[in-house]
Amino acid sequence: MKILVPVKRVIDFNVKVRVKSDESGVELSNVKMSMNPFDEIAIEEAMRLKESGGASEVVVVVSIGSDKAQETLRTAMAIGADRGILVKTDLATDLGGVEPLTVAKTLKAIIEKEAPDLVIMGKQSIDDDSNQTGQMLAALLNWGQATFASKLEMKEGTAIVTREIDGGLETLSVQTPAIITTDLRLNEPRYASLPNIMKAKKKPLEETTFDDWGITPSSRLKVIKVSEPKKREAGIKVDSVDMLIDKLRNEAKVI
Amino acid sequence: MSILVIAEHDNTNIKSATLNTIAAAKDIGDDITLLIAGHNCGDLASSASQIDGVQKVLKADAPHFENMLAENLTNLIMAQAQNYSHILAPSSTFGKNIMPRVAALLDVQQISDVIAIDSKNTFKRPVYGGQAIATVESMDSIKVLTIRSTGFDAVSVEGGTATIQDIDVPAETNLSTFISREESKSERPELGSAKIVVSGGRGVGSSEDFKLIESFADKLQAAIGASRAAVDAGFVPNDYQVGQTGKIVAPDLYIAVGISGAIQHLAGMKDSKVIVAINKDEDAPIFQVADYGLVADLFDAVPEMIEKL
Repeated sequence: MKILVPVKRVIDFNVKVRVKSDESGVELSNVKMSMNPFDEIAIEEAMRLKESGGASEVVVVVSIGSDKAQETLRTAMAIGADRGILVKTDLATDLGGVEPLTVAKTLKAIIEKEAPDLVIMGKQSIDDDSNQTGQMLAALLNWGQATFASKLEMKEGTAIVTREIDGGLETLSVQTPAIITTDLRLNEPRYASLPNIMKAKKKPLEETTFDDWGITPSSRLKVIKVSEPKKREAGIKVDSVDMLIDKLRNEAKVI
Repeated sequence: MSILVIAEHDNTNIKSATLNTIAAAKDIGDDITLLIAGHNCGDLASSASQIDGVQKVLKADAPHFENMLAENLTNLIMAQAQNYSHILAPSSTFGKNIMPRVAALLDVQQISDVIAIDSKNTFKRPVYGGQAIATVESMDSIKVLTIRSTGFDAVSVEGGTATIQDIDVPAETNLSTFISREESKSERPELGSAKIVVSGGRGVGSSEDFKLIESFADKLQAAIGASRAAVDAGFVPNDYQVGQTGKIVAPDLYIAVGISGAIQHLAGMKDSKVIVAINKDEDAPIFQVADYGLVADLFDAVPEMIEKL
């Protein structure tokens, strides 16, 4: 079985994001960048399938981004991916540049060449928060999908997936090839060991462009502006439970 | 403008997020059609025809719509899509699962989590976990949107007189098969639509002590939420989680107990009408967004609240 995992370089989830003063986007220079957390879960899940299923499996990681996205691919290879493909672009990958539809079309072209049995990917990237690419890719390939996975089990050519839905859990079986998107509870990603980080530097990394995959990126959305959310003013401190109950009853009138 | 709204329901009742989505549709135009795809959903379609603002109900009743599988619903929506300028669904796990499939096949770029309609082609949506708001204009001929329910006040379930039309049902795809669903059983209101939410954080300390939060919530007939820290620590299951990676809520009253107020948690509750924070650390960031802050040990304050309410 061959597994393909797309990964994205995004602002680290611990960083407080700053909106640019001209409202054209958010500040990305001199900001700590990391692999999208949901993608880390995807690569971990691929590794677990590989480790439990024998040596014939290959895990390929793909990233679309600047030269720096190579670091993200190396991180994925340090966790255990066998090789990487970079689709190099100078376009923004968070807002107003490479959009989910373009990503899905590019991944489709790569998948047609690589022919994986399974694609495991994050349910969303924590920059533009769209939560679209996996579902779009599944539609373009006419494959089945299981989104927001919290448990994955392979059984004779089908994936048995438990999904996190509003108000509970749902279990589906999906024919392979299929797209699985990851939710937080699927697994806890491992840390790459130093020897593996060293080994990852020698793994093959193919550098390509959109052109190589027959894709012309086009923006369908014009970003008019990116602004600060409305700030909520701090209210008052109350001294006692009695005062709190009084305020909620008589001032806010919510209880 | 002709607008198609995809209804979220359980074959018996319409889900409240559908009513918020119809409200968003009304901000775009008046010609609103509601699509109900389900199984044995005739009664549901009749009651949905009375929802305020809905002009027409399209009903697709077939066994393979019972469990709302994305592949089957996508084919159904695609058969109708060309008749509309806008296609909307709630940005719940239901809408998020289906709509990007539709958008990709229409070759349009979906706009997720819309919180405001500026015009028929310009929309506002939160990005970076709500740390920024993007205003985007769509160049596509058909706009595919998912609507965040907290951005729009629900329309009334009465007042409409829509016609009901049965539509053709495409064949089952068999790409995926439903096995089972396990609903979180609770007598309490649903977290996403409750008027009052009581949430506990890491400060609660253990799953045993989380019972205190439960009693507090029951006293107020509130839903229970939790911060990601409390979920990660194993106090409660993940579907309690309020935040960027969990549920986005905007109740009339949100009570944060033992929650420090990490950015990712604030992203999920900062649109609540009234926020109360109870925390013993007076420097906790949660106090910067709270209307009423009580600096106190939650194990003293919460039992006192329960007793006095």
